[in-house]
Amino acid sequence: MSPVTAGVLQLLALIAALALAYRPLGDYMARVYSSEKHYGPEKWIYKAVGANPSAEMRWPAYLRGVLAFSAVSVLFLYALQRAQGILPGSLGFSAIDPDQAFNTAASFVANTNWQSYYGEQAMGHVVQTGGLAVQNFVSAAVGMAVAVALVRGFARSRTGELGNFWADLVRGTVRILLPISVIGAIVLVACGAIQNFAGIHEVGQFMGGTQQWNGGAVASQEVIKELGTNGGGYFNANSAHPFENPTPFSNLFEIFLILLIPFAMTRTFGRMVGNLRQGYAILATMGVIWVGFTALMMWTEFAHHGPALQAAGGAMEGKETRFGIGASAIFSVATTLTSTGAVNSFHSSYTGLGGGIQLLGMQLGEIAPGGVGSGLYGMLIMAIIAVFIAGLMVGRTPEYLGKKISTREIKLAACYILITPALVLCFTAAAMALPTPGDSMANPGAHGFSEILYAYTSGANNNGSAFAGLNADTQWFNSTIGIAMLLGRFLPMVFVLALAGSLAEQKPVPETAGTLRTDKPLYAGLLVGTILIITGLTYFPALALGPLAEGLAS
Amino acid sequence: MNNSVGNTARLIGAGLRALLVLTVLCGVLYPLAVTGIAQVAFHGNANGSEIKDESGAVVGSSLIGQTYDLPKRNPDDPEESARPDLKWFQPRPSGGLGSNSVNTRYALILSGATNKAADNPDLVKTVEDAKAAVVADNSTASYTVDPRDVPADAVTSSGSGLDPGISPEYAKIQVHRVAERNGLDVGQVEKLVEQNTEGRTLGFMGEPRVNVLGLNIAIKALAKS
Repeated sequence: MSPVTAGVLQLLALIAALALAYRPLGDYMARVYSSEKHYGPEKWIYKAVGANPSAEMRWPAYLRGVLAFSAVSVLFLYALQRAQGILPGSLGFSAIDPDQAFNTAASFVANTNWQSYYGEQAMGHVVQTGGLAVQNFVSAAVGMAVAVALVRGFARSRTGELGNFWADLVRGTVRILLPISVIGAIVLVACGAIQNFAGIHEVGQFMGGTQQWNGGAVASQEVIKELGTNGGGYFNANSAHPFENPTPFSNLFEIFLILLIPFAMTRTFGRMVGNLRQGYAILATMGVIWVGFTALMMWTEFAHHGPALQAAGGAMEGKETRFGIGASAIFSVATTLTSTGAVNSFHSSYTGLGGGIQLLGMQLGEIAPGGVGSGLYGMLIMAIIAVFIAGLMVGRTPEYLGKKISTREIKLAACYILITPALVLCFTAAAMALPTPGDSMANPGAHGFSEILYAYTSGANNNGSAFAGLNADTQWFNSTIGIAMLLGRFLPMVFVLALAGSLAEQKPVPETAGTLRTDKPLYAGLLVGTILIITGLTYFPALALGPLAEGLAS
Repeated sequence: MNNSVGNTARLIGAGLRALLVLTVLCGVLYPLAVTGIAQVAFHGNANGSEIKDESGAVVGSSLIGQTYDLPKRNPDDPEESARPDLKWFQPRPSGGLGSNSVNTRYALILSGATNKAADNPDLVKTVEDAKAAVVADNSTASYTVDPRDVPADAVTSSGSGLDPGISPEYAKIQVHRVAERNGLDVGQVEKLVEQNTEGRTLGFMGEPRVNVLGLNIAIKALAKS
């Protein structure tokens, strides 16, 4: 069997597994977020928090909950890293410097997991397991909560009430993320991922002498890192490290975990708005982009253009033997089309066009299928933009799911889609204009520019992967990427929740013969076009200077 | 105004309590539970898949690649380039591996890739030099390596720098050299390569690869007997 055939078969197996999980998981999540019932342990949590989980919140209250919880999380994680030198269970690792601690705290709370540190030499058990891995759970649950609040905005009428943030946060964590993580972690250990609390210890070597290994709760962190579309590796090599991702099966399983919730949430959406076909239209849009990007990536990687790859006879630089080119290409597209940023192969050494596909995937706003929660709300914003454009063509007030898309809604949607490009392009321009940030580049020519464009694209879109040659552990990059991650995560949430509140207050408009059918293939096609044109064109000049220049030259 | 300060304080307090409770749940109970199950059900895996040689000494992990180099001429010279010990099967290059720079009382290996771009002239030179070295090292009196037979994994660094595997094609061109240096038959070595080769999982997942550590342990055992 040729490597290309094996790659295609792995993609098909992945699609089949996702299809099997789609209905049960999507319906289950809809029940989780719609149920009136609180389980016993959840009641204890609400009691400890001091919140009434049945109290409905309007959008400002919901937003205040999101922001308060996230602000506390940033401060807590920052303090934990700063105190590492005196914390027990830290393997004797020292405190993290202030700029890097800020960057890392912002990164993990914003569901980005950009890492300017080396995991194996910087973070002890307490920070990894008690700090970073906890944010892998709760930042994902926050994203899902905001998405569900927007879905309730469509589903409800004449109320303005969007649910209860504390209940959504706790249920997402306890009923969805934790159970899947327990099973997934055991599967990963069965494949060979490590799971222990050993200190740094010596292990013998074949040629004599010893090597030093870290122990760690790796499998339990690895599973939520993928499932919650977080991406921050226990080790520097992330999911390329054999202790995080030991076998070809664990590799496909991790890709499955990355895509599982984002795709299934379209079913949750259809279920909660009472029209499954609307969910299928969103799913089809996501699926077409994802499969299209994966096919392009496999094509360019197997063709391996670029002088070094031609000299080597294949695009294996930065890729592991056990995964090969096909499974690496599938992983890299899944991680950049979601907000994951975990890598099983190093993006900087991909072909020029391959790097461009990774960049464009993030720049589309990570909506195909996107991060847990953030993918769905990002895609619904684009769905609103698409009905607006269709409305302009026929001169009719646009509607989506029985809600009028009037001036206020379209202004909020427009603000949403402008934030990340503004952050990415302004910070990239500033870094290029200033004298010192360029010193961090590790590669000459167009690729050096791509490293900086990639860094801000990854930060502002909350992805976290990197063209990792860039030395990002400088005060400039730690600070600016930290700010980009926080603004890129929480400003869009402000607009999403404001939009949700405004939709929930409306009374539904009856569907007429003139209503654009948003559950048909024609509309899904319009949506794909809108996404590619609106966000794609925003970044085209920047892409032309970086990956396109590199890719077309070779 | 006082009222809004009070409300904010209450909200921050609720956020902090929620974070602490969820930290206990997701950062303490969950990893401990998983560790407990893993240590009982998959003890070897959970502790790094250690592998022993025929004398029973632990010589590494079946998952983590090692280097098989000759001792340094001058152990105090960090700049001295490594010379492969041609008695053993050689792994892929690991140009991205780093060394501990933060807590220097440890000598941890930092996993990682070179992150060099496909059009980086340094990488082109590294690849061309590596290819020339593979051809020269593996050609014996009776066997000449054709540069076109050198696979990509032999001349590129992996993602982790700790890749435990090489492609069967790379193992194949090393067979004659290893057989000669250990005084073994080519056929015997080929058989050991085959025994240490793992195909695609279920026939389609990943790529076939040869576990270099497992293979070298087997070679050592055979050469001794």
